[in-house]
Formats: sequence, C-alpha cells, structure tokens
Amino acid sequence: MSEISAIYVIWLREVKRYVREKARVISSLAMPIFWIIIFGSGFSRFNIGMNVGYREFIFPGIVTMALLFTSIGSGVSVIWDREFGFLKEILVAPVSRTSILFGKMIGGSTVSVIQASILILLSFIVGIKLNFLIILRTLPLILLISMGLTALGLSIANFLEGHEGFQLIVNFIIMPMFLLSGALFPIEGLPAWLRNISLIDPVTYGVEALRWSILGTSNLPIGLSLGVLFIFMICMVIIGGIGFNRKK
Amino acid sequence: MSEFAIETFDLTRNFNGFLAVDHVNIKIKKGELFGLLGPNGAGKTTMLNMLCTLLKPSAGTAKVNGFDIIDQASDVRKSIGIVFQDPSLDDRLTGRENLEMHAMLYGIGKEERERRINEVLKLVELEEKADLLVRTYSGGMKRRLEIARGLVHYPNVLFLDEPTLGLDPQTREHIWEYIEELKKKHAITIILTTHYMDEADRLCDRIGIIDHGKIIAIGTPNELKNKVGGDVIVIETKSKNVNKFEKLKFMGEVRITNNGILLNVKNGERLITKIVDFARKNRIKVDSISLRKPSLNDVFLHYTGRVIREEEVDGKELMRQRFLMRMRRGT
Repeated sequence: MSEISAIYVIWLREVKRYVREKARVISSLAMPIFWIIIFGSGFSRFNIGMNVGYREFIFPGIVTMALLFTSIGSGVSVIWDREFGFLKEILVAPVSRTSILFGKMIGGSTVSVIQASILILLSFIVGIKLNFLIILRTLPLILLISMGLTALGLSIANFLEGHEGFQLIVNFIIMPMFLLSGALFPIEGLPAWLRNISLIDPVTYGVEALRWSILGTSNLPIGLSLGVLFIFMICMVIIGGIGFNRKK
Repeated sequence: MSEFAIETFDLTRNFNGFLAVDHVNIKIKKGELFGLLGPNGAGKTTMLNMLCTLLKPSAGTAKVNGFDIIDQASDVRKSIGIVFQDPSLDDRLTGRENLEMHAMLYGIGKEERERRINEVLKLVELEEKADLLVRTYSGGMKRRLEIARGLVHYPNVLFLDEPTLGLDPQTREHIWEYIEELKKKHAITIILTTHYMDEADRLCDRIGIIDHGKIIAIGTPNELKNKVGGDVIVIETKSKNVNKFEKLKFMGEVRITNNGILLNVKNGERLITKIVDFARKNRIKVDSISLRKPSLNDVFLHYTGRVIREEEVDGKELMRQRFLMRMRRGT
C-alpha cells in the first residue's frame, strides 16, 4: 500500500512542478508550434508523395518531437534531483527503488501527455480535422511513446555523473533520434544506410504510429509500430530499473 | 530490546582501496545526543550514510533501533530521520508540501499527517512561512524545515549531518536551541556529525572523535578534556629560535604550531613566570602568553597531532559549493 502512495507522491511532485512553471509550459508548447508554422510553411510546396500537405505531414512528427524532448528531459531530470540532494530524501524513505522509478516514469509521461494533448487540440492550425475517434486512439499512443522515452531518459541519467552531460544528450541522442525519425521527411528518400539507421530508431515508429492515428495514413504498418514501441518501452523500463537499483 | 539505539560491529567502508571508515565499533545509548567530531574527509558522512542504509558497508555491520542495516534496511528507514549535510528539499514546492510528501512516503494517513505537520512546523517556528515556496526561504529556514521534516514520522533516531554548516552565527545559535529543545522534550536519540568544536562541546552528551575513518577517542566532553590533562599555555612568537622552547619539556607536552608554541601542563598559573624568564634568557621575543583550560581542539590535537581547521575545503568541494550557492540564488 505504501508503495502505491509512494508512486503517487512522486508522480504528484512531477506534475506540480510542471504546472507551476508557467515559463516551461509555454516554451514547451511554443517550440513545436514554431516548427509547424514556420518550418512547415517554408517547405509547404515540398511534395512528400502522400495524400497530405507538408504541414499536415510533419504535424505528427512535431508532436513526437515534443514528446521526445519533454520525456527524455523528465527522465534525465533525476540528475538534478541527485545533484540538489532531493533524491536522497526519496532514497532514504522506506519505499522500494522500483516504486520511485515508476513514480518518476509515470510523472514524466503525464507531463508529456498533457503537452502533446494541447498540441493535438491545436492541430486545426494546419487544417487537420479532429474527431472523437482520432483523439481516442491517439492518447494511448502518446502515453506509450512517452513512457518508453521517459524510461530512456532515466536510463541515460544512470550513466551521467552530473548535469554537465545534459547538452551532450541533446546533441548526440535527442537530435539524431529526431532527425532520423522521418518526422520532417519520408525516410524512403534517404540513402539505404541512413534508412537502416532510421529503422532502428524507436522514434521512427512513434512518428509512424501517430501519423496513422492522426492522418490515417502511414508508411509502416501500425501493428509493427505498436509492437516496436511496446518492446522498446519494456526494455527501457528494465534497463532503467537495473541501473537505478544498482546506483550507489 | 537492547539499551542501545545504535551498535556498530567492525563497520567498514572502502572506496577503491581508500578506507573511509575503518572497523568502527561504537555503542550509542537510547536518548543520547552523540556527536561524531572530526575534520572533513574523516569518514563522518560515510558512516552516517551506512547507518541510514544509503550505502552498503564493505565489511562489518550495524544495528539501528535493533534492526540490521543490511538485512532489515526497510525497518531501519522507517525508524530514523535524517537531515543531510546538503539541502535536500524541493525548492519548487512549499514548505508544507515538502512535509506532506515526506509524510506520505512514510505512509502516514491524512488526518494524522496534518496534525503532525502543524506540530513540527510549530517546533521550528515556520508556521507562517509554511505555504511559501521553499526557494524563497533563507538558509536557516531551509535547515529548520529539514529538521522538521526529519521529525514528521516520529523517528526513534535522528541523524543530523553537519546541521549548522554554512550558517551565520545567529542562525547556528537558533538551530542549537531547537536541538536542545528536541532532546529535552522528546525521547529521541540524536546523532550529529560536526567539525565545529564549539558545537560538539555545547550539544553532545558524548563525543566520538573520528580521524582517517577510525574512532580515536570517545567520552563526554569533560572526560575528553581531562585526558589532555591540566592547562594549555599558548605562546605566540615569530622568533626563529622557537625550537629552543623544546627545553621546556620537563613542564609537560610541548608542541610547535604555525605561530608559536602550545604547552600542556599542570598548574599552568605557576609556570608562566618561568616561561617568561626562559624566553628572556634565550633572547626569544614573545608576542603574547595566554593560559586556558583545554578545549576539544586541544583534545583533537592531543590525539592526532593536528588541528581541525574550519576552512579545510578542497578545490573541488569549493567549486561544488559555489555552484550550489549560485543555483540556489538564481533560477
């Protein structure tokens, strides 16, 4: 019982911190919107060879980008907790580390889901017509993607000694994962070796799954995307869990 | 149940060959306020981290409230409270929220939680500031909130790691008063680490002096001071002939320090004139001579041959502290 309340407490903290920081909320929404409007308009004449315009095409990709940044950021934020001592307070409480990890993961995912949901509600900007079915099938997908990515962030945090490594993660993990994911162009256009790398990037499957659920069209079958996302999440939870339990 | 709140059995921890804590055996009685006194890097925090189950011993073990720190870590955690050396509050939450979170982590129900939170807030006089964000608190307020937090779940043992480190003299005095009040009003065992002599002297029932991971002396402050014996005479001099004072060995122990001589003697009052004569005869210019009863500083010197310097902070530690300070001020 106390394990469940521990998960709840840690979840609550993540959400409270997010909601309280207005600047963070606004900037985390502004960035994707700039991408869609400015970048999307700049390339609006680019024919991606599917039945949708370029801005609509990149919309699910940009939602995935927002998920990618926020989720990994939430996961990695455990470094800050470590650096500023707060983690000690949780670690010394009579709750298991697995609960702490789950609380952190669910908390981080909740934050990304809130953010992605707002973006999806704004999809009329690019002319996407929402309906109840779209929302119903998109939300669980967003949750699945963000849980895997938050757990990835937590796993990365186990390898970092201090906050200095954070910029490294942005440059060497988040950006390549985003650019290779086909969020901005169909990966079919890539040379074979790059496309193969794209196919081992889990974000590719997130983008494809969201494209399927929001636009109703995708290059990869939804079953494959779902399978990969699910396996990715399980693997990340296990890796994150092992690292977290071993630390110290 | 045994009469001891804490018992250690050859408690040892090494970090890649460096022995931070070296076969420590101590027993701390229930209700005692026990101080671990030693310079930075002596192994105080490592020992505390092991006792509160954050760190596994390399060898040996310990019992806290009768529970083994290795096999019964969860029971140990439930029965202890800790105030860490570095702040461990969430400064984006309010004081009350920090306490609430803590109480929930320790499985305290809603009504009981509210009652206890108000109780501990009152103890540290933070009732009025409880609903402000912690980032607006001063250093002393944060420390008080942390003490309150360490008490919310009614621990039997409270660990305080350098409770007044980095606080100004007034705030230190204040924190000391809280600790004294805690001891008076609650049947709680307190283990405190410090490198401040005055703090250990004022607060502790018993003190264990720790150096290089070993407990080198243990006893009440008075017992420890009596071991040094008699009086301390301090002679300040810049003379190059300072070595000649070695001839005074017949009086007692002679030590050469950075700015003069320290003598451990009996009946110091009667020896001062002799020292003055000796200095004059040997043409040593003496700036001042003073006589005092031994302090814990002299005790430490007696056992280790060194003085605990308060600014004993290495470069990396200094960087880290500056960084923490900056982060606390900014953002």
